[in-house]
Amino acid sequence: MKCADEFRSREITAPLVAEIHREAFRPVRLMEVCGTHTMAIFRHGIRSLLPDTVELLSGPGCPVCVTPAGHIDAFVSAVRRPEVIVATFGDLVRVPGSDGSLADARAAGARVEIVYSPMDALALAAREPERTVVFPAVGFETTAPTIAATILQAKRQGLDNFLVIPANKTMPRALEALLDDPQLQVDGLLCPGHVSAIIGAEAYRPLAERYHLACAVAGFEPADILAGLLSLVRQVNAARATVDNCYSRVVTAEGNLRAQQLMAAVFAPVDSEWRGLGAIPASGLALGEDFRRFDAMHVLDLPLSTARDPRGCRCGEILKGRLLPPDCPLYGGACTPLHPVGPCMVSGEGTCAAYHRYSDLKTSRRTAAAGQSTVRPYQGHP
Amino acid sequence: MCLAIPMQVVEVRSADDGLFDAQVALVEMDGIEKEVRLEMVDRVPEPGEYVIIHAGFAIRTLTVEEAEENLRLMRRMAEVLEAQGRLPGAPE
Amino acid sequence: MSNEKSISLDHGSGGLASQNLIGDLFLKYLTSPQLRDLEDCAVLGEHEGRIAFTTDSYVVDPLFFPGGDIGALAVHGTINDLCMRGARPIALSLALIIEEGFPLAELERVIASVGRCSEAAGVAVVTGDTKVVPHGKADRLFINTAGIGMVSHRCEISGKRARPGDAVLVSGTLADHGITIMSSQAGIAIGGDIKSDTQPLHRLVGALLEDYNCQVHVLRDPTRGGLATTLCEIAASSRVRIAIDEDQLPIRPAVAAACEMIGLDPLYLANEGKCVLICDARAEGAILHLLRSLPEGRDAALIGRVEAGNDGRVSLTTRIGGSRLLEPLTGLPLPRIC
Repeated sequence: MKCADEFRSREITAPLVAEIHREAFRPVRLMEVCGTHTMAIFRHGIRSLLPDTVELLSGPGCPVCVTPAGHIDAFVSAVRRPEVIVATFGDLVRVPGSDGSLADARAAGARVEIVYSPMDALALAAREPERTVVFPAVGFETTAPTIAATILQAKRQGLDNFLVIPANKTMPRALEALLDDPQLQVDGLLCPGHVSAIIGAEAYRPLAERYHLACAVAGFEPADILAGLLSLVRQVNAARATVDNCYSRVVTAEGNLRAQQLMAAVFAPVDSEWRGLGAIPASGLALGEDFRRFDAMHVLDLPLSTARDPRGCRCGEILKGRLLPPDCPLYGGACTPLHPVGPCMVSGEGTCAAYHRYSDLKTSRRTAAAGQSTVRPYQGHP
Repeated sequence: MCLAIPMQVVEVRSADDGLFDAQVALVEMDGIEKEVRLEMVDRVPEPGEYVIIHAGFAIRTLTVEEAEENLRLMRRMAEVLEAQGRLPGAPE
Repeated sequence: MSNEKSISLDHGSGGLASQNLIGDLFLKYLTSPQLRDLEDCAVLGEHEGRIAFTTDSYVVDPLFFPGGDIGALAVHGTINDLCMRGARPIALSLALIIEEGFPLAELERVIASVGRCSEAAGVAVVTGDTKVVPHGKADRLFINTAGIGMVSHRCEISGKRARPGDAVLVSGTLADHGITIMSSQAGIAIGGDIKSDTQPLHRLVGALLEDYNCQVHVLRDPTRGGLATTLCEIAASSRVRIAIDEDQLPIRPAVAAACEMIGLDPLYLANEGKCVLICDARAEGAILHLLRSLPEGRDAALIGRVEAGNDGRVSLTTRIGGSRLLEPLTGLPLPRIC
């Protein structure tokens, strides 16, 4: 849209930056919980424009990062079956489970296709009736309705060769689990713009009230992010804890009811395992009774293990904002963007990958000896 | 999980499926055209309005007025202190 | 040719089927006299200067895309590799590895394209080879080329020659080829403005070096890995820093839109008809003017500057005045939705 350019113009962003500098006269700790926010912040160089008093943490908003290794193993297990095609979002292709990634399976001859939409996976199933197409269903509330709509369409079309592996997660309960951790100190939460378009800005009201936490719903253009950060800084200064919807053109207080209904028609809340955070009640989505026949885990009898995180990997604490990537002993040594150990490095928007790509800190603080520039490589085995 | 972008609606029509009365929108941005599903959009757009697209689906319909209002709010956020007559760089 | 529709193993055996393929298909479109002689190798004439030699392989999928095909890429890519060191291209080789079952009609399309591009560029294919492998042993069609050229300019053009203060230019719009390929793989219908930029740059480089040989320090075509990776390579090689400005990068609006839609960064997408040019700052205005006067350099732009500092750091000033470091690409760019 024509005025979209304005949301990235200096005419709008420069005064917001100046205001943040004026207002952030004492240290404030803010958390963003959306991988796309992490990417946008780095892409536009926003950290370089902020005062040192504003500390920005990255929370568990990267759905690929929080998909447990056991689920990745299930995806890989599925695609190794000769009759199966896994059609997936590109984000998942390089994520390692305990026995390789989908990319590794593809290199060994399995059929992995990258799709832009779950509907493309359905179309693939219609085109190849002798194969079974499996779609790993990851993502938060922005994506879950798209998958619900696709499953409904599959049901209408009477296709019996389209399956999903349910691995979607929902936001608010995970945020509660995070904020319940007494060691976690954050003053404000930058809330994910498009998840909020679905669940509504009011979804964060209980968080604001229970934890006295400033909340700002923000979009993804530079002006959106800066406006959200400014709102948080102002709220903290005024000792206010409310939900400020700075993305009013896309987000309403109650959200998108139609999308919520679609989700409710197909999915049911279920307890779910989050990588690094452990089990969080009612934070995942499973297929409802009427749609069990689309569940690949059930139909293909796929194993779901509780795989352990690779030894030494600190993704969990990084997701909780307790550590920064350079505090992990594997960072930049055994774990790099080219040879990632944990998902925080694999996913382009994972905290560690973003750090490694965009900041000056390329190696672990834990292993770099004073005066030396080389990092001792990790010798152990998971 | 949020990559979604605004595109302008050119046409709203029935999906090609034959079985179900689904609607799709033909959307356009800078010469790129795409067909997106409308099952989850909050309200069905008129041609000329904008939709936010995610994974091949419209997730929200918005008008230029709503976008401009958002922009106005941002401008106002940044102007407040100047309106109060404070000099740049002065502490609170 | 008989009523065969596709390539068989016989076509690669060297026997009658091979002869027919060569006669009916290759020699129909590739018209150099040396090729016609069908000797074991081509003997080229005498040339002044130092020999430049390059090789490349082409495995692109899809084989045909808006703006070109694998044949065009093969001809242009090899010519460009030569002229990025200031060489004048003399001749090309063309070797094909074809999967059994590959449709003859598509092979003909590719060879016709090679012929057309070669003729338009004025650089002949003088020697070739064809092999056929059993079904499943190759992904449809692989092409390998080699190119010979002559360097006769006085001053060397090399990735090691960037100096602090030098201007950084690009010869035209970025990411056109990469987004064309990725869009077709992502099933996004692209409008008329998005197509591969594959084109030969030897005429542009020839015109440039005619007048500005010693002022041009580095030429490189930002293919795989895109502009960002190429700048990182140059900065590391020359032991300098490079700073570029996002506002100055020439990117077509449709290309930018497609990148946004599928979650790709245009700085990391391939270009097949563009070059990065690093030159003496005193000549930057004149060189930019010259580039823009040529059809291949119409959208040329001054995008940044070389700075002192031997850590090879490449930085970008963003649209909103922020600062961001650019790293070389690790692995293939993947579309993202999250």
